[in-house]
Amino acid sequence: MTATDAHIASQSSPDASPAATAQPALSIGNVSHSYGPRRALIDVNFTVAPASFTALLGLNGAGKSTLFSLVTRLFGIQNGQIKIFGHDISRTPGEALRLMGVVFQPRTLDLDLSLTQNLLYHAALHGISRREARLRSAEVLGRIGLADRAGSKVRDLSGGQMRRLEIARALLHRPRLLLLDEATVGLDVKARADILDHVRQLVAEQGIGVLWATHLFDEIMPGDDLVVLHQGRMLAHGPMSRVIADAGAQDVNTAFMRLTGTATLTGKPPT
Amino acid sequence: MSSTTVTPERSGFSVSEYIVCLNGIVWREALRFLHQRERFVSALVRPLVWLFIFAAGFRQVLGISIIPPYETYILYEVYIAPGLMAMIQLFNGMQSSLSMVYDREMGNMRTLLVSPLPRGYLLFCKLLAGTAVSLLQVYAFLLIAWFWDITPPTIGYLTVLPALVLSGLMLGALGMLISASIKQLENFAGVMNFVIFPMFFASSALYPLWRVQEGSPMLYYVCQCNPFTHAVELIRFALYGKMNWVSLAVVGGCTVVFMIGAILAYDPSRGLVRRGPGGGEA
Repeated sequence: MTATDAHIASQSSPDASPAATAQPALSIGNVSHSYGPRRALIDVNFTVAPASFTALLGLNGAGKSTLFSLVTRLFGIQNGQIKIFGHDISRTPGEALRLMGVVFQPRTLDLDLSLTQNLLYHAALHGISRREARLRSAEVLGRIGLADRAGSKVRDLSGGQMRRLEIARALLHRPRLLLLDEATVGLDVKARADILDHVRQLVAEQGIGVLWATHLFDEIMPGDDLVVLHQGRMLAHGPMSRVIADAGAQDVNTAFMRLTGTATLTGKPPT
Repeated sequence: MSSTTVTPERSGFSVSEYIVCLNGIVWREALRFLHQRERFVSALVRPLVWLFIFAAGFRQVLGISIIPPYETYILYEVYIAPGLMAMIQLFNGMQSSLSMVYDREMGNMRTLLVSPLPRGYLLFCKLLAGTAVSLLQVYAFLLIAWFWDITPPTIGYLTVLPALVLSGLMLGALGMLISASIKQLENFAGVMNFVIFPMFFASSALYPLWRVQEGSPMLYYVCQCNPFTHAVELIRFALYGKMNWVSLAVVGGCTVVFMIGAILAYDPSRGLVRRGPGGGEA
């Protein structure tokens, strides 16, 4: 079964959640992108449903960050269409970006400002009044257990705390779609688990659609949707169990190896 | 985690949202400026060195005849003060450009660029914030210069403000345009050699243009075409409560052109500069 077939099957599945049949949180339609002669993305095609956790799995250089840059409008779309809850990111970027929260792979916090100041700045960029922003900042800082550090400089935080703060910041304007690009890179095991738990809670409790880019198998759970990206091509898309079954594998690791023809996530070919 | 209300869908932005955004960007720029005290000190030391040392030496060499807007003979220090005010703004504009390149490499710029408000407006807010910071520096310089007998008419401190805002916007927009075309922080040294120094020296900041014309007619025309010359003259006239219409037109026009260029350069669909995955995100 091809990636598109798996996707169609997942959409028509009788056990699909009600959310899956609603307007997609994110819709990527035939997106291609090149850097000069090098093709970074080739006809990528998938959707993320509201209240779902979709893992975008790929090796370094698979095209995950390029895709994120296109979805967030940092790059212009060369071919294809990207919609957030039906809003075309090229035609109505304001409406689309308003519904989206983003955590980029590199840290994007201002290290010399305090936690609260970083949050207030983000709120201002979304037009949230200072009074409302202060309320929301106090709320999210309490939720991520950093209320007592509100006035500290961000550079004094640990890596895990910074990531939690970035996630809290991405949620400050109450988006309905959350994009996280390799959000756990460089963190220890506990910090990674905490952040994953936190994001999964957001899906379950707030109905946020999540696109989680990763190259780590252990971050994917059986109930997740999975998109496999390799050398710019989407090789599979659908519920994790279906992707594994379609690849004739027992687990996601083996399925990934069979789909991509690589032995490990280091990208070495099978011997 | 407690549940949070999801923002209802709506289109467009209200005036108050635009104002909140502007306030937020200016506030952040001011905070960063306050955290970088060395930047404030160095921004002041540079023109003061020119004023106290360079001008003191040149005072005996270079005579200034009576030229508008001055109504009598003036000391060389008095002549170069407007040029040094413009120099503060020139360096501030380039410093903002440097900080934009740094932010882009460090990732902070993404926070700004993924804001839902129109990107052109966000860049304009950033420009205004940089200009506001340059005004603080210029007025601090004027305060110190007052003790050095550079005493324009009291009303001049007020009339020069719009000129400073406009020249600050022009130089900031130029810096922004340059920042869009710089791929790496290391390339910024080139800006010093190819933009700041030629703009400053090939202008009326240090010598009246009639003096330049005597020495080199070719350089005189270069100075005439240099927008920095017109920023200096706009400030010079405004500081004495007068208006130089040609300079106003040139500075205003250049501001618009540079700003449009910067907005186009930061527009993802029409960027002037093609970027790879590691080449900055804007």
